[in-house]
Amino acid sequence: MRRLGAFLLALIVLASLAAPWLAPYPEDAVDPLSSLLPPSPEHWFGTDQAGRDIFSRVLYGGQTSLLIAIAVLGSSALVGVALGMTAGYAGGWLRDVIMRVTDIFLAFPALLLSVALAVVLDPTVTTVIVAIAATWWPWYARLSMSVAASVSTRPYVDAARCLGVPAPLIVVRHVLPNSLTPVLVQLSLDAGGVILTAAALSYLGLGAQDPIAEWGLMVEQGQSLISTNWWVVTFPGLAIVLTAFAFNVLGEGLRNALDPRRTVIK
Amino acid sequence: MVGYLIRRLGQALLVVAGVVTLTFVIMRLVPGDPAVAYAGPKATPEQLAAARERFGLDDPLAVQLVAYLRDLLTGDWGTSLHSRQPVLDDLALAFPASLELVGTALVIAVAVGLPVGVLAARFKTRFPDFVVRVGSMLAVSFPVFWLALAVQTIFATGLGWFPVAGEYDGDLDTASPLTLWTNITVVDALITGNWPILTSTLWHLVLPALVVAAYPAGVIAQLTRAALIEESTQDHARLARALGFRESTILTRFSLRAALNPVLALIALVFAYSIVNGFLVEAIFNWPGLGRYATTSIRSHDTPAIAGVTLLVAVVYVLANLVVDLLQGVVDPRARAR
Repeated sequence: MRRLGAFLLALIVLASLAAPWLAPYPEDAVDPLSSLLPPSPEHWFGTDQAGRDIFSRVLYGGQTSLLIAIAVLGSSALVGVALGMTAGYAGGWLRDVIMRVTDIFLAFPALLLSVALAVVLDPTVTTVIVAIAATWWPWYARLSMSVAASVSTRPYVDAARCLGVPAPLIVVRHVLPNSLTPVLVQLSLDAGGVILTAAALSYLGLGAQDPIAEWGLMVEQGQSLISTNWWVVTFPGLAIVLTAFAFNVLGEGLRNALDPRRTVIK
Repeated sequence: MVGYLIRRLGQALLVVAGVVTLTFVIMRLVPGDPAVAYAGPKATPEQLAAARERFGLDDPLAVQLVAYLRDLLTGDWGTSLHSRQPVLDDLALAFPASLELVGTALVIAVAVGLPVGVLAARFKTRFPDFVVRVGSMLAVSFPVFWLALAVQTIFATGLGWFPVAGEYDGDLDTASPLTLWTNITVVDALITGNWPILTSTLWHLVLPALVVAAYPAGVIAQLTRAALIEESTQDHARLARALGFRESTILTRFSLRAALNPVLALIALVFAYSIVNGFLVEAIFNWPGLGRYATTSIRSHDTPAIAGVTLLVAVVYVLANLVVDLLQGVVDPRARAR
């Protein structure tokens, strides 16, 4: 299973990165004469209303989705782990304050807070990244807090403390490296969810805007044509399913291999 | 236990207060002057000043926040810009419809996810387990709006097996009008014995409920399987095995009961999650719930309505978490220490 996930994901990443060479047409090549053509040897996935090649757009759309996933997971892990480590190691009132703030953000359903933020900000890819990251970091804060708290009671941390190593150094040198595994597992499990949330925001018109190739946006643009021109929504949708599936399979495999006892529910 | 209850309630209240503050801040970040929005673009400076005075826009932010909190508590959640109705009234109509959809979806999800999870645990690492694992993983990988579109196009527009959209056939409102008690159509139709509306609503529920059920069914199957496998390696399961009980009896009679605790917690959490997940499904199937209301509000930049939906769902989230924690505190004394 894990190998299947890794293989699928490698395929998706390679295809997205190689889009400029693999795509038979530029992503935004408008051609009114070949509007809404069904799949054919020239256009594998058909064309959309503007006559753009959907296969090419699906490939380029992978770049957008992967970029969003990396940016969201990177920034929210950075913020979440920093806060979680501080709270877990320091304990006391600092931990209580950080955890209560985290609870407040956790009480917001991710999609809804993203929507509220995305309404306030202009609809762009950056907005999607900011909006999702704002709802995603508390999970890592909570997770790394509990891990850091348990690591902080280990004898080697006590030893470092007795030697007079300053607290920030203990956290960075001893607590952090020993708490990262569950965070990494959670990151790989979450990537699929980020991609689905990003697609939903774009579908609502709160993210990437036309000419940008984005899978959720492509589904939105094609949905009114679904009964007459099925291929316009089908292929971008399948791309989302496949990518989320690949991440989920890989994440589950990693969890089973590295951290079998932890199940975090969102 | 009483101490735990009070502490947990206090935390929940604190979180709700934080949620209100955050919503307030987000609403204030919306570009555009609320006074202009109220008085109109052609308002004179005097009219604008009057609008500012009326809504307290010149007061310090902290004073405004307290006023906002007071309004919320007294049931004034503002007026929706697109429906022109008090937000709270809109929510009182929309929320029961969402409950109906998500409730049905969760019944389906439990009815499918639980047995399927047991099956996978029984045949661990064999073919049925593989099918369940791939299937449950797929179920959580579908973008819900795309699944809704696909299901609607194939089974409603294409094959015509199910109605395309709506909660029940519109002509029934005159043919067999419904008396509202709870605002949950299925329940009201059942209480008042309104069979035409009941069957029509159930018929309309099938497709959207199946789409909403996909995600919870997947996670319930995964967690049931994981909890059962862990439970079946415990001493009591090994004892039962040594006593000669059959493997399926051990799973269903002994391990399942112990494994249900995390699964029940998951169901409460996934309920809150599914309300939001159902938003896009409601919009696509034109289901008169919170989601359709929220998506319309988003498209028309209706800030009071969006804030209302956000607050309501956040409160449901907090309540769901509270119920889970309290139930676990009752069932498992170790949880109280946390």
